[in-house]
Amino acid sequence: MNRKQRRRLQEAFFVGIMRTSLAGACLVLGTILAVITVRGVGALSWEMVSQPPESGFYLGGGGGILNAILGSLALATGATLLAMALAVPLALFMHTYLRSGRIANGIRLVLDVMWGIPSIVYGAFGFALMVFMGLRASLLAGVLTLALVVLPILARTFDEVLMMSPKDLREATLSLGATRLEYLGVLLRQALPGLITALLLAFGRGIGDAASVLFTAGYTDALPQSLTRPVASLPLAIFYQLSTPFPEVQARAYASALVLTILILVVSLLAQLSARRLGKHVIR
Amino acid sequence: MEAEILRDGAVLTPRYDAAPGRRPGTARVIKDHLARTGMVVISAATCLLVVLIAGALLIRSLPLLRTQSLGELLTSSTWQPSHGAFGFAPFIAGSIAVTAVAMIVAVAPAIFTGIYLSEYTVARTRTRLKPLLDLMVGIPSVVYGLWGILFVVPLVRDHVGPWIDGTLGQVSPLFRQTNPSGYGLLSAGLVLGIMVFPLIVAVTEEVLRSVPHEMREAVLCLGATRWETTLCVVRRRGMAGILAAVVLGFSRAFGETLAVMMLIGNSVQVPRSLFDSAYSLPALIANNYGEMMSLPNYESALMAAALLLLAVVLLFNVAARLVVNRLTVRS
Repeated sequence: MNRKQRRRLQEAFFVGIMRTSLAGACLVLGTILAVITVRGVGALSWEMVSQPPESGFYLGGGGGILNAILGSLALATGATLLAMALAVPLALFMHTYLRSGRIANGIRLVLDVMWGIPSIVYGAFGFALMVFMGLRASLLAGVLTLALVVLPILARTFDEVLMMSPKDLREATLSLGATRLEYLGVLLRQALPGLITALLLAFGRGIGDAASVLFTAGYTDALPQSLTRPVASLPLAIFYQLSTPFPEVQARAYASALVLTILILVVSLLAQLSARRLGKHVIR
Repeated sequence: MEAEILRDGAVLTPRYDAAPGRRPGTARVIKDHLARTGMVVISAATCLLVVLIAGALLIRSLPLLRTQSLGELLTSSTWQPSHGAFGFAPFIAGSIAVTAVAMIVAVAPAIFTGIYLSEYTVARTRTRLKPLLDLMVGIPSVVYGLWGILFVVPLVRDHVGPWIDGTLGQVSPLFRQTNPSGYGLLSAGLVLGIMVFPLIVAVTEEVLRSVPHEMREAVLCLGATRWETTLCVVRRRGMAGILAAVVLGFSRAFGETLAVMMLIGNSVQVPRSLFDSAYSLPALIANNYGEMMSLPNYESALMAAALLLLAVVLLFNVAARLVVNRLTVRS
C-alpha cells in the first residue's frame, strides 16, 4: 500500500469513527425516549395527571400525580423568577458598566464554577441554612435552594445572549449621550427574546432537578397550598413510586417519567421556538 | 408646553424632566449611579455565595472533624453511624470507580463527536445537531436512572455481564460477574457516561472552534488531509482544552446523584469488580438525610461528605475553566 492510499484510508477510518460516535449518541437518545414512551404509555391515564394521590396510592390505590406536577411547576417557577431577579441584573451589569473584560471574566468564571457544583451540595447547603434558621421542609426552602441551582445557568445563558448583541449598538447609544443605565434599557430590549429562551432553559432544568429539593422541599400527597408547607415534585414522585415493591405502582412511575419527559420536551421546544420567533425589536 | 416645529418638519420635543434649579440630566446621572451600586452589590453577593456555601458546610461538619481527624475519615472503611464510626473510604472509592467507568465509556466518543462537530460540519448541520445534545443535557437525572433500570440493568445482567465474565473474567478478578442483580458499577457507569457525554462534546467543540481558521487553511494548503489538519489543530491548541473538557466531565459525573443512586446498588463496600455494587458520595447524602437527626454526629458526617464533594468539584472546575478561558480568549 502506498503512502497516498494509507492516508486516504486513515481519513476514512477516522471519519467513520466520528460518525459512529455521533450516530451512537443519537441512537442512545432515541432508545431513552423510546423506552420511556413505550413503558410509560401503558399506565398513563387522565386520572394520573388530573388527580392527587388517594389514600393507599403507594399500595396500588387510586389517584394520580397532580400534586407532583403542580409542585414541580411551583418550585421551578418560583426558583426561575427568584434567580431572574439576581441573574438578569448580573448579566446586564457585565455588559454595561464593566469596561474592562477582566472583572466580567472573573464573574463568568465564578458562575461557570457554580454551574458545576452538584445540586446535592446545594441541597445540603439549603438544609444547613434551614436548620440554622429553624425552618422546616417547605415550598419556600425548596424554591430558595432550587434558585441557587438555576442562578448560574440563567446568568450564563443570558450572558451568552448578550455577547451576541452588536457592538455598534453600544457605541451608537453611548455616543448619543445616554448613561449606562439607559444603554442597559436598550440592551435589554435587544436581548429580550434571548432572555425568554434562557428563562425557559432554566425552568426546564429546575423541573428536572431532584437532589436539591430532596431535603428542602420535602414531599407530600397534598396539592401545593402555601409557601411554608412541604411540596411534592415529579422526579421525587417517580423515585418514590419506583421504590415500592408493587408492579402497578412502578408502572405509574414509568408513566410519571413520561409526563416529566414530555414536560421537558415541551419546554425545550418552546425555548428553541422563542429563540427563533420572538425578535420584533431586535437589530440583527 | 408646545412642541417646537422645525423648518424641515422634524419635531423637537421639549424636556419634561429638567426640574427648575437643577442642572438638566442630574436625575439621570443619579439613577445611573444608584443602579450601578445595586448591581455591584448583586455581583459581589453572587460571587460570595460559593464561599458562603463552603463556610456553612464547614461549620456544620465541624463537630465530626473535632472527634475524628480528616485523614482518619478519608481512609477508614468502617461505616457504622450507630457506633460513631464514620469512614468515607467506601464511598470515595465507589464514587471514583463509577466515575472512572463513566469516563472510559464517554471520553473517546465524546471527543470524536466534538472534533466532528467543530472540524467536519458546516454551521447548518451543527445548528441541527445542537438541539439533540441540548436535549440530552435537559433530560432529568431521574429519567436517566429509570432508563437504566429498564434497559441497561437487564442488558448488563443477561448479556454484557456473562460475556465479559466468560472472556475477561477468566483473566482478572476485576471483570468477574460477582453480582447477579445487574445493579452495580458497570450499569451506573454506563448511564453516567451517557449523561456527561454532551458536556464533554460541548467543551471540546468550543475549544477547537476558537482555533483560528488561518491555521487550518495553512495546513490544508500543504496538502494535508482533513484528519491530519485536525491532528495538527488538536496538537497545537486543543490538547489542554480537551483535557479540561474531560476534567469538567469528571467533576460533573462525580457529583451526579439520583441516577447513580438508582443504579449502583448502594452497598457499603470498596468495590473489587466491575460488577460489584457500591455506594457513591452523593448517594450517601441523599439516602440518609431522613435519619440523620437521630444519631449523634450523623448530620455532621453527611455535611462533611457534601463538603468533600464540593472541594473536589471546585478544585477540578476552577482548574479546567481557567484552561478553557485561556484557550478561548474572546476578541
